This record gives sequence, C-alpha cells and structure tokens, in this order.
Amino acid sequence: MSQKIATRDAYGEILVELGKKNPRIVALDADLSKSTKTANFKKAFPQRFFNMGVAEADMMGTAAGLAAAGLIPFASTFAVFATGRVYDQLRNSIAYPNLNVKIVATHAGITVGEDGGSHQSIEDIAIMRVMPNMTVIVPADGPETKKAVEAAVEMDGPVYIRLGRSGVPVIFSEEEPFTPGRGKILREGSDISIIAVGIMVSKALEAAQTLSQKGIEARVINMSSIKPLDQDMIVQAARETGGIVTAEEHSIIGGLGGAVSEVTAERYPVPVKRVGVQDTFGESGSPELLLEKYGLTPENIVKAVEEILQKR
Amino acid sequence: MMNAGQVDFNYLEGKAGILRKHIIKMIGEAGSGHPGGSLSAADILTVLYFQVMNVDPRSPKDPDRDRFVLSKGHGAPALYAALAEKGYFPVEELWNLRKINSPLQGHPDMRKVPGVEMSTGSLGQGLSAANGMALAARVMGKNYRVYVVLGDGETQEGQIWEAAMTSAHYGLDNVTAFLDFNQLQIDGPCAEVKSPLPFFEKWQAFGWEVMEIDGHNVKEIWEACQKAMTIKGKPVMVICRTIKGRGVSFMENEVDWHGKAPDREQLEKAMAELERGVHRHESKNSHP
Ligand SMILES: Cc1ncc(C[n+]2csc(CCOP(=O)(O)OP(=O)(O)O)c2C)c(N)n1
Ligand SMILES: [Mg+2]
Repeated sequence: MSQKIATRDAYGEILVELGKKNPRIVALDADLSKSTKTANFKKAFPQRFFNMGVAEADMMGTAAGLAAAGLIPFASTFAVFATGRVYDQLRNSIAYPNLNVKIVATHAGITVGEDGGSHQSIEDIAIMRVMPNMTVIVPADGPETKKAVEAAVEMDGPVYIRLGRSGVPVIFSEEEPFTPGRGKILREGSDISIIAVGIMVSKALEAAQTLSQKGIEARVINMSSIKPLDQDMIVQAARETGGIVTAEEHSIIGGLGGAVSEVTAERYPVPVKRVGVQDTFGESGSPELLLEKYGLTPENIVKAVEEILQKR
Repeated sequence: MMNAGQVDFNYLEGKAGILRKHIIKMIGEAGSGHPGGSLSAADILTVLYFQVMNVDPRSPKDPDRDRFVLSKGHGAPALYAALAEKGYFPVEELWNLRKINSPLQGHPDMRKVPGVEMSTGSLGQGLSAANGMALAARVMGKNYRVYVVLGDGETQEGQIWEAAMTSAHYGLDNVTAFLDFNQLQIDGPCAEVKSPLPFFEKWQAFGWEVMEIDGHNVKEIWEACQKAMTIKGKPVMVICRTIKGRGVSFMENEVDWHGKAPDREQLEKAMAELERGVHRHESKNSHP
C-alpha cells in the first residue's frame, strides 16, 4: 500500500485512453481543466473539448444537449460546483430526461485542504443520491477510478463519479473489475463490519489490522457503488457480524452512512455507527491535519467498532 | 433556399389558427395550463414546423433532423399542437393534456412524446441544451440546425446569458433563437418586475446577430429564418414582438391569463373568436 495516486490523475489518464477508442466521448470543463485533469483530454482531442468558462449551470445544460444529440459528454469541475451549485440543471436537464451525461467531480471532501470550507464538498453524495436516474460512484483509488469511468461509458444514463484532490494509497490492481451495484469484501471477519468509500477504504483496512491485534476480526467492505447500492451485501454483513461502522469523507447525514442505515433499519436492524464529517463545514489546513481534526482516522474507526462491541 | 413566392403564407396563417384552437381546447379540457404564452408563440412554432424545419414525424430520431427546443416549457400546449398537426401523434391525444398516464405532461418531456427534443419547464435552461445540440453537430460533421424559443421574462435567468456567451464564443451559426417578446411575465409587465431590457443591444453586445420582427406575421418570421441561414460565424436572435394571449380578445395582454384555464363559457367564446380570426390588438411598436 505504499504507492499513492490521486483519483483525479487516474481520471485524466483514462479519459484520454477511452477517447481514443470512442469518438463519441467529449469533455467539458468550467475553467478548472488543469485541476480536474480534463486538460489531458483537451490536449489529445481539442475539437472534442469545450471550456464553458466559469459557468457551471451552462456547462451542465450544454452537456445535456450534447447527450441528447448522441454524444457521451464528461462534465468536470470541483464537487461543490458540480452538484449544489447546479442542482436544478442536473435535476431537470439531465436526470429527469435520463440523459447520458457523466459528471466527474474532483476535489470532493475536506482533503481539498487549504482552500477551506467554501471548497470542501461534504454533502454532494447526499445531493446526488436522492436524484432519480442518477448513478453515484465513489472510487477508492486510482485503478478503481479508471474502471468506474470505463463502466460509466458502458452505461446509458447519468453517472456521478466523486474524486479527490490528494494522492490516495493504491488498493486494487489495474485488472480488478468494477461492477456498478456491487460492493466488494476486502477482508473477511465475523465480529463487525466496516463499510467504507473513497479515501476511507484504506483507513478502514488499517483499522481492521489494529482491531485484529486486539482479537477482533472485522469484515471490510468497499461500497464504491453508492447507487445502485448492494443492499444484499449490507444485509448479509448485518446478519453475519451483528454491527456496522460506516466511514466516508462526507457528512454523516445522507451519504454512505445514511444509505446503509436506511437498508439496515428496513431489512435487518443492527447497531450502526457512522464515521464521517459531523454535520459541520470544513476549514483551511493541510489534508492530514484536517482528517485528524474531523475524526476521519483509522483510530476513530477502531473507537466506533469498540463502542458497538461494548454494548453487546 | 426558397423565395417568398414559393411559400403559401395563407396556409401558414390558417395552420396557426388551428394551433390556437387546439391550445385553447386542450387547456380547457385539462382545466389548467398556460394559454397566454402558448398563444403568443403559436405563429413562430407554425412557421418552424410547417415551413422551415427539416423534420419528419415518420423518423423522429433521424440523426440529421433539425432540432427545436421550447426553453419556455410552459408553452407546451403550442408545441403539442404543432407536433400533433405535423403527425407525430393523433390530435385526439391533445385532450389528455396534464391527465394521469398521458404522455402530454404539463411541461415537455422528451422521453414521453415523439418529436420533443428536450425536457424543459425549469426556465433558463433551453439555450444551453440547444448549444449542446449545435456543438454536437459540429463534432459529428452534421448540417442540422437548432431552433429555440425563449420567454422575455425567462431571460432574467442568469444561465440564459451564460449560454448566450457560449453560442457566440463557439460561433454557433446553426443556432437560431426566438425571443417571445410579449412584455409580460407572471407578476406583471417584465419592465416592472425586473426589467430585462434593452434586448436588442444586450444580445448584440453578447455577440449575436439580432433581428426584430412582428412575431405574429408569418411572412416576417419566415424571412427571418431565411436570413438567419445566411449569417455565418455567429448565432442569430430574432426578437419577436408578440401579444400574450394573441387571438382571444379577453386574454390578450392580460397578465392574469398567463396560467389559468378558461371555464366552459370562456372556452366557447374563445373558440368562436378564433373561428372568426378576431384580433383586437396589433403588435406594438415599442423598442425591444
Ligand atoms: C426556474 C423557474 N422559475 C419559475 C418558474 C415559474 N414560471 C413559469 S412561467 C413564468 C414566467 C415566464 O415569463 P415569460 O418568460 O415572459 O413567459 P411568457 O410570457 O412567454 O409566458 C414563471 C416565473 C419556472 N417555470 N421556472
Ligand atoms: Mg413574457
């Protein structure tokens, strides 16, 4: 787990690769192409790249028109601007007509760092998850990002892919397949389940190691496909391990923790603890110190597990 | 390109009259809807669907077809009337407007109605979609054109001006926009609510070729479309002086008829008037 790759870098690479194979792929950006890495695509295919300027609403609407005419547009900007800023455009021009637009947002979560709370999206999963027709994917690392983008091209309909700014440890091999609607068990265990997405997946694996040293065997699940959600895998985890800790770089409201709680409450109630941003905005600081301050650490996952086990 | 002698303007005027009758009957049957803005746009849609656009109801998904986007989606009855008359679906379907299980939603739904190119209803978004379709033509090497109708109140939406920059920046000469300049919105005259004027200078300053016409004169609408096809390197805005509620005396220029249905008696009166083709007002000559 030593190598680190930013998911946005993986996106920049794969989009060019896919662009070579599929002439229907086009890309749009809103004056952040160097940061979102769609600049790579622009360089490779200048005729198929459209800079929309600082006009996110227009970018989403234009993407809708490109899709309506049969192309596969990828629209990218920071997650705050790709979701909340343009909620109604996503809803009415893309999701409602079920148009084939791929929204790939980078700089999600507090690991945006120094830019501060205005730029740290902690509510985008909730915003996108509630929208009918929308697929929502939060890849855990670079290789999974590439597979998710490939899968998005294969799907017909709107897809939201949530990426980060900073490097994250590589978990998967380049060959590891990704299937929308399927979770992935990364570590077996029967004492507790830890379900994580994005940068928290590697932290969940670290937490599981610590727990193992204390004689607690945790099952670790990567739930990158937030929607469609692998409900059966969640129910199975609830049944076989009796408790669940969720971990995400997102508000504990409405994101992975919310989704898992909905499923367990309805189908197999067990204690659930949600590790994530505690209904608060972020702030400036280095990503490392922010993760510490906001409790997005392996230690905090271990603590949540122990809290559940103490009550048994 | 055609010359005016080859165009049957009487036929187009008659068609517009039929569309208006459909609009009123449809909204009357539905018991709700937007007559004012549907009637004001009826002539523009008539000329587009029955003279200008290259569309064929027998192959509604032809990749080379021209596209139409009704950005002011509440004018759906005008669009449905045009599509039914054109042959996309039976005229009888119009009487199911806004009813449960009908494809004819209160606002246009591209997934439910053949011929509807973009789902609209949330104002301010149609020009962006039209630009996307126009850019797609460029990417795919196609020659189709994209037509879009905007409301004047609708241009208070910031996204319209983002999109206006996009059309000009990318030199989208395959985009022709019509502004339904009826000077009214819901809460009153646009100039009083929050003035979007002056239109002419604004669109010009945004890099568009701008024309101004009588939006109820089918010949002027047709001529504007013809001229738009000769403009190279920039998009075209046709400002159409119109009357909200055009064709029904008690609806004309009445802000209250933006979004309500006629009752039985009003319906009969309106239908009788449309039958006679009564026009109480002439288009105003105020500066857009
Ligand atoms: C984003 C949005 N805000 C508000 C509305 C409600 N609404 C429907 S029509 C309308 C007024 C539109 O006026 P105008 O564009 O002038 O249309 P017209 O006069 O041609 O009917 C409003 C505010 C809406 N449909 N979409
Ligand atoms: Mg108006």
